[in-house]
Amino acid sequence: MSETQIQPVPAAAPEAAEVTLRLAGLRKSFGEVIAVDGLDLQVARGECFGLLGPNGAGKTTTIEICEGLTTPDAGTVTLLGMDWQHHANELRHRIGIQLQETQFPDKLTVEELLQLFRSFFVRGIPADEAIRISQLDEKRKARVGTLSGGQKQRLAMACALVGDPELLFLDEPTTGLDPQARRHLWDLVDDLKRAGRTIILTTHYMDEAERLCDRVAIMDHGRIIALGTPQQLIATVGGDHIVEFAVTGAADHTLDPELLTAVPGVQSHRVDASLHQLSVTDLHTTVPRIFAELESMGFGLSEFRTHSATLEDVFVALTGRNLRDE
Amino acid sequence: MSSLRESSLFQLTVTRFRLFLREPEALFWVFMFPILLAIGLGIAFRNRPPDVLPVAATTPQLTQALSAEKGLKAATMDEASGTHALATGAIELLVIQAPQGVAYKYDDTNPDGRTARMIADRAVQLAAGRHDPVAASNDLIHETGARYIDFVIPGLLGMNLMGSAIWGLGFSIVESRQKKLLKRMVASPMPRWQYLASFLLSRLIMLVIEVVAFLGFARLVFGVPFRGSLVDLAFLCVLTSLSFSALGLLIASRAKTMEAASGLMNLVMLPMWILSGVFFSASRFPNIIQPFVRALPLTAAIDALRGNMLQGVSLPHLISPVSILLAWLVVPFFVALRVFRWR
Repeated sequence: MSETQIQPVPAAAPEAAEVTLRLAGLRKSFGEVIAVDGLDLQVARGECFGLLGPNGAGKTTTIEICEGLTTPDAGTVTLLGMDWQHHANELRHRIGIQLQETQFPDKLTVEELLQLFRSFFVRGIPADEAIRISQLDEKRKARVGTLSGGQKQRLAMACALVGDPELLFLDEPTTGLDPQARRHLWDLVDDLKRAGRTIILTTHYMDEAERLCDRVAIMDHGRIIALGTPQQLIATVGGDHIVEFAVTGAADHTLDPELLTAVPGVQSHRVDASLHQLSVTDLHTTVPRIFAELESMGFGLSEFRTHSATLEDVFVALTGRNLRDE
Repeated sequence: MSSLRESSLFQLTVTRFRLFLREPEALFWVFMFPILLAIGLGIAFRNRPPDVLPVAATTPQLTQALSAEKGLKAATMDEASGTHALATGAIELLVIQAPQGVAYKYDDTNPDGRTARMIADRAVQLAAGRHDPVAASNDLIHETGARYIDFVIPGLLGMNLMGSAIWGLGFSIVESRQKKLLKRMVASPMPRWQYLASFLLSRLIMLVIEVVAFLGFARLVFGVPFRGSLVDLAFLCVLTSLSFSALGLLIASRAKTMEAASGLMNLVMLPMWILSGVFFSASRFPNIIQPFVRALPLTAAIDALRGNMLQGVSLPHLISPVSILLAWLVVPFFVALRVFRWR
């Protein structure tokens, strides 16, 4: 593995760089259910790209089509300039895969499992090297069954790395892990990014996508509903901050959203289960104005909080639903 | 690492071995169970030496005459104590000296009593000078090879080859599929044929250990004969194991869960456990189902193994069971390859 070849990461302009993955017009349905509904996507070399969306959005189907595990009903997949119809074997040697639900045999040791996977690849790094990168040195002789959830995920990652892949697919790498194990895995992904690998990962954690990904595609119902860097997407919400509050009093008349959006600094308003959400710029000057406005309308506050806008807010703004609800 | 250790076929086969050897239950069923079964059956159906029947007579002359018979153990008693001994079962027969000859006192509903009566009478008559008009001699058969244990060992061997092949392949493959490991492996550049070949290779190596351990035990403990060629026997074991491996592969080719696979395996194996003549001859079943019974792979395997081990039949004369086994190898194997679900 050549960790010295660090590629400068193009933030949002894949057209300018070499395209590692190109999806065009991708469709896939399972019976009545449309899992992927017309997907176009380009990922540049060296990029860490995130597919973000709720469960059932079509992320896993999309990534499995890219991995050659699922055949699309329509559309084309080009990886590293090749396609699955003609170059399946060559592609399998050059990509690394971590699937969502793989359970490795409990009675094999970490080292034995990695030697097995290493033997499948013509080129690659020694099993020891994969163990070192995944920080499993202490568990080299341990059986898979004795590993913690986080260690098992790092083992799955190590299995994806033994072939020294140019392109790495990680399907929900941190789902089900405790916060510490998640951060550990994020550090590992950071190292892989620095080593210049192209990484495509799926997640339903927006903080994970913000933390790891150069660019993100937000998926819902088999489509990409937003695409860009996390900063670009958050900027589309219209404000850096989100103000959430609930009101009491003056029950005879409801709160008029028009009056709130008229407040200078308030970009948008929505209400969800009697919780009002405003996207806001210049928090320190806008919040006093919101207080004043509510007071003049005769409302009291029962709840009030603010947070920096996140990808979650982007999803909410686009779909009207919370990521976590599903 | 040497190039052999780097080969994926080697690594896959070694993995199969590691997983098998680290599963104590599997080791028990494959190696210990058939031996324990053979011990149990060997004890239950052991050949006993001929019984010596205790008898008594009222005079020393009669006792001496009775003692000449190997099948009797005679003592002298007066009539009262002899009658008491009869009543308590200490003797089977009391011979009483009467003025006109002898009287036999015994329980004619007891087979041992009736036997003792016949032997004692012959002893008494011979001692009194009887000559049999027809000369008779005995030719006793205690030969190995005609005992029940000799009959049952090839049956148990066939049953064990079936179980280890079907369970060994079926469970491992379906477990890998259920745990999504199979999907992960086919996403890698692993050659798919090597995945299946690693099962057959590890099965064949395991077969050597399994068969040698079981037949070695049968030979050393029960003196079971090997009348046929050992090369033929080895060929029959390999063929049987491969046929059942093909069947195991077919059973495992679609099943998604261990429960489904387990049900299928029992469905396939149960008729053969009953019908294929493991514990008694398959020819005891009615003629109408004989064609079905004969077509089962376990019947063919056991017929061929018995033919080789007990009768010393050479391979060319076992062509019919061998053809049945070959058909069971080829057809399920190719069907399994066609329908195999790789994820």
